[in-house]
Amino acid sequence: MVLSITDLRKIYGKTAAVDGVSFNVKRNEIVGLLGPNGAGKTTIINMVLGILEPSAGSIHIEGVDIATHRRRALEGTNFTAVYAPLPGNLTVYQNLRFFGLLYGVCDLDERIAAVLQQFDLEGFRNTKCGVLSSGEQTRAGLAKAMLNQPHLLLLDEPTASLDPATARDIRAKICEFAGREAVGVLWTSHNMAEVEKVCDRVLFLSHGRILLEGNPKTLPREHGKETLEDLFIAVAREPLTLEGNGT
Amino acid sequence: MIHLRPIAAILLRQYYLMRGSPARVLPVFAWAAIDIVLWGFITRYLNAITTSGPNFIPMLLGAVLFWDFFTRVMYGVTTTFLEDVWSRNFLNLFATPLTIFEYLTGLVLSSIATSAIGLMVMLILATAAFGLSFFGYGLMLIPYLLVLFLFGISLGILANALVLRYGPAAEWFVWPIPAFLSPFAAVFYPMSVLPHWMQVVSHLLPPAYVFESMRTILAGQAARPAMLLWAASLAILYILLTSWLFTRIHHRAIRTGLIARYTAETAT
Repeated sequence: MVLSITDLRKIYGKTAAVDGVSFNVKRNEIVGLLGPNGAGKTTIINMVLGILEPSAGSIHIEGVDIATHRRRALEGTNFTAVYAPLPGNLTVYQNLRFFGLLYGVCDLDERIAAVLQQFDLEGFRNTKCGVLSSGEQTRAGLAKAMLNQPHLLLLDEPTASLDPATARDIRAKICEFAGREAVGVLWTSHNMAEVEKVCDRVLFLSHGRILLEGNPKTLPREHGKETLEDLFIAVAREPLTLEGNGT
Repeated sequence: MIHLRPIAAILLRQYYLMRGSPARVLPVFAWAAIDIVLWGFITRYLNAITTSGPNFIPMLLGAVLFWDFFTRVMYGVTTTFLEDVWSRNFLNLFATPLTIFEYLTGLVLSSIATSAIGLMVMLILATAAFGLSFFGYGLMLIPYLLVLFLFGISLGILANALVLRYGPAAEWFVWPIPAFLSPFAAVFYPMSVLPHWMQVVSHLLPPAYVFESMRTILAGQAARPAMLLWAASLAILYILLTSWLFTRIHHRAIRTGLIARYTAETAT
């Protein structure tokens, strides 16, 4: 297992943002983390990244407990999120060099050249990230995310705010990388068509709990819905009814 | 175990930022240079109108130079940290394997680089334009600068802890800290002229011992190394305390989720 989460909880006052979540992600597997706004997706990702302390439960990345061996756990992990762009006051190259050193990447020059080529960023090598378009910033973020050849990749809405053509290119690049490097990917998205295309397995979250889990292609019919989007809407509107029908 | 590459990353990032931005380079020495010029002329004027008094150039201009050095050290630690605040980089930064100790070490080394440049510019200007000679202090110059450096580092870390705890708007608490401390630090006058309660505060400030010792030497008396040793011990204690405070506040930010959504609104 590249990621193993057991009985994870995050409590804010009397509110449980994440309430006893357990799941695994294997290498060469893309797992979709779905749910309405406030369901707990980003909270889980932040806890896996070590920037939010769980109230209870454990997170192991490749068998390493992040609570006790943070550095070792994070060396093989990376992420990108639409709300965490790279610093706009550095160029693409400078950002990649900066984060490459932080992640302790070996053969950094070669890796930078590889990810620049992989994400068609060679023309923007010396452009400050702050002046890139949304699509270019997303590609720069993904280049950073793949710089250390992570075994666990966390993608929080990686294609949000992109036009359909760019989103399709980005999805293809992520899937190609994940397949080639046998990476375990945790992917959040509100685009159900995207999730159906790329994810091997999905977890539906509601009110901080996993409500449903399964193959995105078969899960809707198992719950009497035509599409994944119908299922998503049902989860968002009537989670308790669905919980009764749970897997 | 400490890793050097993440520390090098913090230094390299600061180098990149300064290389591409004159607005960041100028403050490293511009304000200090203005202070030297202003106080240089004031001391020259004072020397001209007081024929038999003390030499104001080492007394006042030397004090200004030391105080500006201390201020540059503190701002050096703070501005490197603020770069991450201004660019909203906490999430990307702290999701890496970087440890807090490595991060603080990177901030301190950045400050050494920038404050050394500032000190060189001030020394050259004060010596060339106003004839300030530091040879009078002899080897005592090294412990003087070291104590001021250590205290500047501790205040820089404290300022960063305040910004991390109270949000980006707390930056406005940071800039006046040296000005707030200067009356207590007895930069231009002996501690003995202060009222008793201010003297109590002065005795807690390492720079006060530096400036007292500096005046002792200029008055032709022997330096008191024990006083400077005490000042250095105080400064080291403050570095340990402020580093502990920063770590505590960082841990609180991890517990509450502040690091992941650090804005003026969420921090307060």
